[in-house]
Amino acid sequence: MNRFLARRFAFSLVTLFVLSLIVFFLGQILPGNVGRTILGPLADQQAVDALNHQLGVDRPLLVQYGAWIWPFLQGDMGQSYIYRSPVAAFVVPALGHSLKLAAVGFLLVVPLGILGGVVAALKVNRPLDRVISLGGLSATVLPEFVSGIVLILIFGIWLRWLPIDAAWPDGAGPLIQLYYLVLPAMTLVLGLFGYIARMARAGMIEALDSDYTRTAVLKGLPWRLVIWRHVLRNALLPTITVIASQTGYLIGGLLVVETLFRYQGIGSLIFNAAKAKDFPMLQACVLIIGITYAVATLLADLLYSFLNPRIQMGDGQ
Amino acid sequence: MTGFAAAAAPSRRQEVFTALSRSGAFLTGLTIVLFWVVCALFGRDLVPYDPLGEDILNALGQPSAEHWFGTDQIGRDIFSRVIVGSRDILTVAPLATILATVVGTVLGLLTGYFRGIIDDIASRLIEATMAIPGVIVSLLAIVALGTSETTVIIVIGLSFGPGIARTVRSAVLSERELDYVAAAKLRHENSAHIMFVEILPNILPPILVESTVRLGYAIFAVATLSFIGFGLQPPSPDWGLSISNNYSMISGGYWWTVLFDALAIATLVVGINLTADALQEALDG
Repeated sequence: MNRFLARRFAFSLVTLFVLSLIVFFLGQILPGNVGRTILGPLADQQAVDALNHQLGVDRPLLVQYGAWIWPFLQGDMGQSYIYRSPVAAFVVPALGHSLKLAAVGFLLVVPLGILGGVVAALKVNRPLDRVISLGGLSATVLPEFVSGIVLILIFGIWLRWLPIDAAWPDGAGPLIQLYYLVLPAMTLVLGLFGYIARMARAGMIEALDSDYTRTAVLKGLPWRLVIWRHVLRNALLPTITVIASQTGYLIGGLLVVETLFRYQGIGSLIFNAAKAKDFPMLQACVLIIGITYAVATLLADLLYSFLNPRIQMGDGQ
Repeated sequence: MTGFAAAAAPSRRQEVFTALSRSGAFLTGLTIVLFWVVCALFGRDLVPYDPLGEDILNALGQPSAEHWFGTDQIGRDIFSRVIVGSRDILTVAPLATILATVVGTVLGLLTGYFRGIIDDIASRLIEATMAIPGVIVSLLAIVALGTSETTVIIVIGLSFGPGIARTVRSAVLSERELDYVAAAKLRHENSAHIMFVEILPNILPPILVESTVRLGYAIFAVATLSFIGFGLQPPSPDWGLSISNNYSMISGGYWWTVLFDALAIATLVVGINLTADALQEALDG
């Protein structure tokens, strides 16, 4: 168990290190000569050199990387080019907003996906199973802005049931906020439902076909009890991993969903920073997202190994 | 080895073709994809209007007998734009996929064939890059390198490479233990010859499946990038770009300016995925 944990943790660190290198070196391509860009083409070469020296961009790359990543780890994420103020003041609240939207999406999609998969498995190869499996997977492969547009057209424009803008009025209570979050969250749900349902379905079919299920049935347990006690518990384990592995997809999805619904989260922060070429802001957002993602997958792996005793016994794959 | 393969190969190939021709999903998917390929190749000659032709007097017209899908905010015919809009995405996404396949195959062959410390390091790095949220890093790279079709192809191609490399590597790992590789080594063939002439032809099926799957992802990624303004650029009648330009007006009830582009992307992506799934099933079966 400990060895598995240590390996898993080390892998997350390597991933984040690689990500930080990519982000850093992409940052080196963009500005060209920073001092020249700031001071303009007519400035004195000495002034440009002096400013470059002051900004530290004339030092070796490795030193610059250290000078960038070290304060970052301590919470100083740099200065936004556009707002001319610390990036962290924008990133942290935006991340909070995004997590709220992601949480609503997850709370909707996990029960729906598992329910869908279980129902499909109980009706395997019948029309209902086909509808759930094929419909779910088709929705999953669509880009979020496509499924989002379709949801907006149906529920926002034609039926007029839900707001198409996720920005709620100031001082709105949690229920009103939820009302505004339904459509963007449903867009995320459409993207994830198919995966979760597919895994839950496969796990269910395997569990239904197993010896312990046959034994439980033969010893006379009521069918409902067999499903609850024996089948579901075993069927849902692999589903947890797939839910975790979709965190990255969810984050990518936020970029589009927040832009589409004008929601002030980290996705729209990235979108605006990209439009304005505000590179320090972009770098900070990407790193923060990478860290969030790494933590989420780590937690999911922990949960999985906690629920699945077989991993604790071995030394982990 | 060659004689044996020649005898065995046709029947195996025939099996796959039979499985595919009986698969409803494959035929449906392939038909949809071929429809859009035809539109991409010959769309300009088939459509009733110039997809870029503006007609301000007929702006925002509802779908009608003259304009089947209506007109957009500067009076361009949406039907013509949707048909011709397949062209750019069906150029950029396949080119990115080809780049990813080449990079991934070479990387996978090298790491799988040589093993050792290089393989260990490369494999960890490949896993690490695969654990990074791709769309967002691609966006960062495109902002850094400057938005253009070439940038999009390179960035998506490189970001999909590691995933293909992993599949190729695991295929190589099982191939390199087989007798024909040992025989080639005894003949003192050089490593490049063994990798690219002996092993590569035998692992083409998994590479084909992987590429088809990645083509679906590439279309997803290019459409998404175009929607947020960092993919295909105006005046392309690209679907994602059109939705991006028109969706601010749907609260006014102009649904036709986005619906048909959305359906076009949906059919293409679903078509590719149906094809890829069926291909995988047939080649694994």
